[in-house]
Parts: sequence; structure tokens; C-alpha cells
Amino acid sequence: MRYRTCLLVLACAAVTAAHAQDPNLARNLAATCANCHGTNGKSVGANESLAGEPKEKILRKLQEFRSGEKPATIMKQIASGYTDAQLDMIATYYAAQN
Amino acid sequence: MLNRREFLRNAALAAGGALALPARAMPGGSKARGHVVVVGGGFGGATAAKYLRMWSNAGIDVTLVERNPEFVSCPMSNLVIGGLKQMSEITVSYDNLRDRHGVRVIQDEVVAVDAAANRIRLKANGDLAYDRLILAPGIDFMVDRIEGLAGNLERIPHAWKAGPQTSLLRSQLEAMPDGGVFAMHIPKAPFRCPPGPYERACMVASYLKAHKPRSKVIVLDANGEIQSKKALFSKAFESHYKNILDYRPNSELRSVDAGSRTAMLDFEDVKADVLNVIPPQRAGGVTGMLDVPLINDRWVDVDWLTMEAKGVERVHVLGDALFPAPTMPKSGHMANQQAKVAVAAILNLLAGEAPSTEPVVMNTCYSFVDPKNVVHVASVHQYDATRKTFLPVEGAGGLSPAANELEAKFATGWAKNIWADMLA
Repeated sequence: MRYRTCLLVLACAAVTAAHAQDPNLARNLAATCANCHGTNGKSVGANESLAGEPKEKILRKLQEFRSGEKPATIMKQIASGYTDAQLDMIATYYAAQN
Repeated sequence: MLNRREFLRNAALAAGGALALPARAMPGGSKARGHVVVVGGGFGGATAAKYLRMWSNAGIDVTLVERNPEFVSCPMSNLVIGGLKQMSEITVSYDNLRDRHGVRVIQDEVVAVDAAANRIRLKANGDLAYDRLILAPGIDFMVDRIEGLAGNLERIPHAWKAGPQTSLLRSQLEAMPDGGVFAMHIPKAPFRCPPGPYERACMVASYLKAHKPRSKVIVLDANGEIQSKKALFSKAFESHYKNILDYRPNSELRSVDAGSRTAMLDFEDVKADVLNVIPPQRAGGVTGMLDVPLINDRWVDVDWLTMEAKGVERVHVLGDALFPAPTMPKSGHMANQQAKVAVAAILNLLAGEAPSTEPVVMNTCYSFVDPKNVVHVASVHQYDATRKTFLPVEGAGGLSPAANELEAKFATGWAKNIWADMLA
């Protein structure tokens, strides 16, 4: 099976390279936000758009949600589910959308 | 249907992909070539169809097979039943998938799956070959589990698949006299949309309180307690709807008499003017055409990295039809998230690459407890490589502290955005 071979190759590669990260990981992670914030961060409802917002601004908000510094109905509970590295990738991805 | 010539063209396109690639190469799995058939145009299937096209930069041919001419949303359909929204507000066309994204949309249904030959057979349009198949069939009702229910779904609507059943239940509620009884039955978990029945009870009670205040809502729950947002719904039942709503746990329905609209439990009968029975559920019928056993004879087991059905290669299954990962709800939101995991994996696989090893999914669900106030439940699920499943992140997720008006705004925003994420 081609897929199994791939996995095997990947497993071998992982011995030498610590992280064989999927190049689309940021895209995939950011897509978990699209249900509420719109495809590629372009909201069509009351929830805010993320597309094209500066990375630092998105990241700061997410961190403030997580710490509880910024009041939220739901975002503290959601932001707490992602690692720092994941939030960084999500913010980078949305900042690059236009 | 996809004829042989078309299929060969696709195959040639796939073979020639390496030549075509340099001009079109972009991040986003655009190396992937092939034909993916998606069965079911709900929250999972429609999202998969759109994202396959979008993330492959139109490099993948996508055919969506859907029985219904339009998408009608189960989330928000309780507001139609309560008289707060019209059917037109929860109905979305498949036109954008076809015209904007280049998805071939076929209104038809599957009569056979030949997974060994990578082919399905449609009722009206013949055979359809695929490189990958995505089944997003939702649920089927096990109507036979409740004696007397089969053949009587007009007289005793479920309204648990949005569409004509939603309008039917609304019209029966409108026609009910003041002083009447609206009885509803909730099956044993697992069922589609765990908070949904309790939201429905609130919406019906709210309508009756305002328009037919002498009426009663009797909620017959086969479960021992409210299955989602328990404290929040309990509060609504006991405060807003104290004199109108009667919640009865451990009330499993055994049979119905359609003529008199009577619900028969083990030790009592409940006669209603409107009887809304949500039947027990299982994975949608097409999953029975796969040559794999279903878990508990009801649900499909998948590899969570790819959403591929265990025991069948190149067939991916999404949504309510699944045997879920721990605490993962059967929700439209979750089906949309699973679709993106499947699409990312399929694009990698069709490009000859391994699927990502660290997918994440999350769930958000809003429920109206009255026309203005809403409550939510949320969760985030990270893939656990050791247990080979998604696990909810501890310390994340949770509930609204109390029903509030602000979240009604977000609930509406959620609906608009998720419908657009699938279909715009």
C-alpha cells in the first residue's frame, strides 16, 4: 500500500528529523475556527473576521482570552484547547489572508 | 454520470499532474489529483466537497451525491418549530458548490457500494467511479424499535431531519387547541444533537406559554437525565416553563397508537394532541453497504487520522454516522470539523504523502432556551497518537454560566458562518 509505505518512510525520517510537520498544518488548524469566523476568516455574521488582522493582535487576543484577562462568553474555553505553537500558527495563517 | 471517457480524462489529468504542476504549484495540497465522490450534502459532506475543491486549487474533481434538492439545517430548525424563524431562513441552495466551486452536484441516491472496484451505483444515474469515497450519510431512524410507529411518521412526526418534517410539526403545533398536550419522546443516547431535544422542549413551551397558555408540554426522556447542558436546561424548565413543562426521565417509549396519538410506556400511557417521537438512530443506510460490521450494529468505526472506515480502504466516513471518539458529540459542527480532517488527509494521500499526524477538532453548540436567551457548550479535541483517537483537552471547553442575550447574537452568527463554510 502506497499509504503504508509513506508512513514507513515518514517513521524512518522521524528518527533523523525530530518533526516532519505537515506543511498544511497551519491551514488545517485555522480551518477549525471557520465554523464561527468564516471560511479563511472572512465572517458573514456577527462573529468577528480574522482575515488580514495583524498576527500580533490575533495572538494577543487569544492569549488574553486564555488568561481570562479579556472577558469572553466562549473564547476562553476554546483558546485553552490549543497549544501556544498551534495558536501561533493559526494567527500567522489568518494574518496572511486577504 | 461520470462516463468512461470522463474518467479516463481524469486519470490522464492525474498522470499528467507532474507536468502541469510547476505552473500551478501552491501550498494547499495542489499536487493531489483524482476524483472524490461525496455522498450526503449535510454539514459533513457539503463541507468536504467545498474544501476538496478549495484546498486542491480545483485540482481534484468532486462529485456530490445528495438526495434532496436543497440543504435544510437541523441546527436552528427548533426555532421554526417555535415560530421564530421561517423554513426559508434555514434552507440553503447547492448552487454555489456547483457554480462557484466546480463541484458536480447530482440529486440521486446510492443503491450499491463496490469498494473493491472503487465504484458506487446510483439509483438514477448509474455507476460512478472514484479514487476516494466520502460517506456523510447522517442517521437513519430505527422506527421498528417503537411498535406502531412505522408508516405513521406524518401523524407522529420526528422532525429530527430538517425539511418537510419540520414544517409538519410546526403546523401540528399551530393547529393544537389551547389546553392541548404536546408530548415528545427522546430516545436513549447516543442520538443526533444531544442538546437538541431539550432546546425543542423550550421552544415549544415558549410558544405555548405566549399563545396557548393552558397547554402542556410533556417530555418523555428514555434517559435518566438531561443529556447535555443539564443545569442550564433544568433551570429553564423550572423557572420559565414551571407550569407548562413536565420533564419525565426514565420514560422509554414502547409503542404508540397513531390514531389516538397515544404514547405507551411500561407503566403508563400518555395521550397527546401533538406527538413528537424522536426514534432511536443508527448510521445512515449507505454504511450498511460496506462490508464491515458496525459497532453495536449501529455506528461506523474510523481511523481518526484519515476518517477512513476501518476495514475498507479509500472509503472515508463523517459525522453522525460514526462511533465517536470519547465525549465527541454527534453535531453538525463536529461533522464540519471531521470533513476538514478527512479532506486534508485525502489531499495528502492523493499526492502520495502521509496524512498529518496532529489533527485537531472542536465543537461549539448554541441552544435557545427562550426567544432571546442562549446557552452554549464547547470542547476542543486533540489527536492522541498513543490512543489513536481524539481526546478532549482537559481545562478547555465548558458551558455558559447562565443563559444570556449576547450569545443569541453569536448563535445566529455561528449559523450564518457555518452554512457559508459549507455552501457559499
